[in-house]
Amino acid sequence: MARSDELTNWLAAVGRPPLALIQEMGRMAIFFFNGLANIFSFPLQFFKLVQQIYFIGAKSVFVVALTGAFTGMVLGLQGYYTLVKFGSEGLLGAAVALSLIRELGPVLTAIMVIARAGSAIAAELGVMRVSEQIDALMTMDINPIRFLISPKIGAAILSFPLLTALFDVVGIFGGYVTGSFLLGISRGAYFSRIEESVSMTDINGGFIKSVVFAAVVMAVCCYRGYFVHTMAEGFGAKGVSLATTWAVVVSCVLVLIFDYVLTSFLL
Amino acid sequence: MTETLIQFDHVVKAFGANIVLKGVNLGILQGDLTTIIGKSGIGKSVLLKHMIGLMRPDSGQVLYRGKPLARLRGVEKKDFKHKISYMFQGSALFDSMTVFENIALPLVERTRMKPAEIRKKVHDKMEQLELFNVDDHYPSQISGGMKKRVALARALVTDPEIILFDEPTTGLDPIRKHAVHSMIADYQQRFGFTGIMVSHEIPDVFHISQRIAMLDEGLIIFEGDPERLQESDNPVIRDFIRGYESRHEDQGGMAPQPMGEKRFKEEMARLLRFQTPFSIVLLTISNMEEINARLGHLATQKVMRDFAGKMQKHLRIIDNCSRCGLNRLMIILANSRLDQARITCERLSREMNRAEIVELTPYPGFCFQITAGFVEINKECRLEEILSRADSWQNMQYEFRIC
Repeated sequence: MARSDELTNWLAAVGRPPLALIQEMGRMAIFFFNGLANIFSFPLQFFKLVQQIYFIGAKSVFVVALTGAFTGMVLGLQGYYTLVKFGSEGLLGAAVALSLIRELGPVLTAIMVIARAGSAIAAELGVMRVSEQIDALMTMDINPIRFLISPKIGAAILSFPLLTALFDVVGIFGGYVTGSFLLGISRGAYFSRIEESVSMTDINGGFIKSVVFAAVVMAVCCYRGYFVHTMAEGFGAKGVSLATTWAVVVSCVLVLIFDYVLTSFLL
Repeated sequence: MTETLIQFDHVVKAFGANIVLKGVNLGILQGDLTTIIGKSGIGKSVLLKHMIGLMRPDSGQVLYRGKPLARLRGVEKKDFKHKISYMFQGSALFDSMTVFENIALPLVERTRMKPAEIRKKVHDKMEQLELFNVDDHYPSQISGGMKKRVALARALVTDPEIILFDEPTTGLDPIRKHAVHSMIADYQQRFGFTGIMVSHEIPDVFHISQRIAMLDEGLIIFEGDPERLQESDNPVIRDFIRGYESRHEDQGGMAPQPMGEKRFKEEMARLLRFQTPFSIVLLTISNMEEINARLGHLATQKVMRDFAGKMQKHLRIIDNCSRCGLNRLMIILANSRLDQARITCERLSREMNRAEIVELTPYPGFCFQITAGFVEINKECRLEEILSRADSWQNMQYEFRIC
């Protein structure tokens, strides 16, 4: 009898964390779809959407462009020394462009936006929760998810593909700078190879990834900040700092996991 | 008979193993200001949050006009939410919005008012609450007292029928504390809303509340008017009130009411032992509403402090002048008969007219009107009885103006 109880307890202990994780993911999905649906509820929050596009999108332009430029440059450098071994350095343009458009563009853009805007969103919502500002909205009969979350989700879904496109373009020019100016590859060959090898399917695949990443990042960062009080130590400044760290780490990991899953479907 | 607006019916609420509400029964009457008192951390704010739906009971129910809040749906729920407003203990102002945006938010989000109308309404409220030139300031740029007033303005801007105040005076200095109490009482009388306040300000809340409810050990142990509470012989209630009164120190230049009561007891003991009669003069500022409208609630309380401070200087060392409600001062003249009290009062009115009341200086020609009621005490009686005698028309024997 005692042995069977022990076994039950052990099984319960093993099963509890995955069940809690599934529940948390379910709650996060419901929260995200609630926010998504409220984007289209009337009256439309056009001004708030523009504000958030400015915060998530426009303010990330510099950091995304800078990261894109150096990523493209390093790809140009590494790609050249790999391809030259096979006498195929002429394919450098295609290698840089395909790597950026299919993989690095959406992933690195998402990671940069997580670092710049995702952390800020988690912290902002966390502070609003601990200082009862979200409760205040509820008492005023203002739907906090519509008021706070929906404009952020809408703005991210619009901004992520645009930032990814910027990252790709700047990265391709970065590769061009190292390939042509520093390593002496023909300028015409670099771009003509890109034109030959990159198809619309690659570009669409990159955009699909960026939209999915936008949804994942906003779901995680907004959810964690909004529900900071449900964390074990989710009180005060410490709670906000834990929530922000959690949001950044989990969104980065989920971006990489979703990248793998999406790539396996898109290829 | 006054209708019960909100009813708590055996409400139980626990946080983990900590049972905060253990079957609370409480009725909130329409049009009354009900204050919930009790020790810190006993669950008063939890009680308040159940009324607005921020928390749900584990068992039992909260009823609004006889209907369970949890079962309100659609239009009914919206209607209830639009009628109720909540002023948070920590103000809960939106720190990334300006003062103006904070106050305007419920109107912008919930109504279809035009921007010009919203601007006017918000500015009217700001003016009433003496929030001048802070429209573009952020909450972090204004003082704690101002934050409270901004929160009060936000709670009042939608003209709600029910307002919940969660410790509205915590962290305020005595002058501002009285100003906020005066404001709440004033608005409650003017607009007739039902107020529910959580407060520790004893005995100040007794003057502005029609009803008091005391929460202890998860249960309501008293529900009724303030007079009945003060007469209660429940040892928990007596200890609680005495505890708060004894540590209640008014730094506003005015002795608080408990000090006056203590002095009264001493004089009464002297009378019983040595047969030395004494007199009480009750000064009532009769144009308080006009002063509030002209000077604002905060300035009015400063006038009261200044007035009482100067008055004390003209009294004998054995006499005592203390606050007795929001617009009344009680002077205990030891070893004095009625005619002596009247002479003292005449002298005081002359002296006080010469004294410059700081807050009144910018308003030349503006006076505040004081009526004085006199009572001579020569036999044992209760203070409440004496005060009501002093307040009666027959004993209003003197009237003067201070300009």
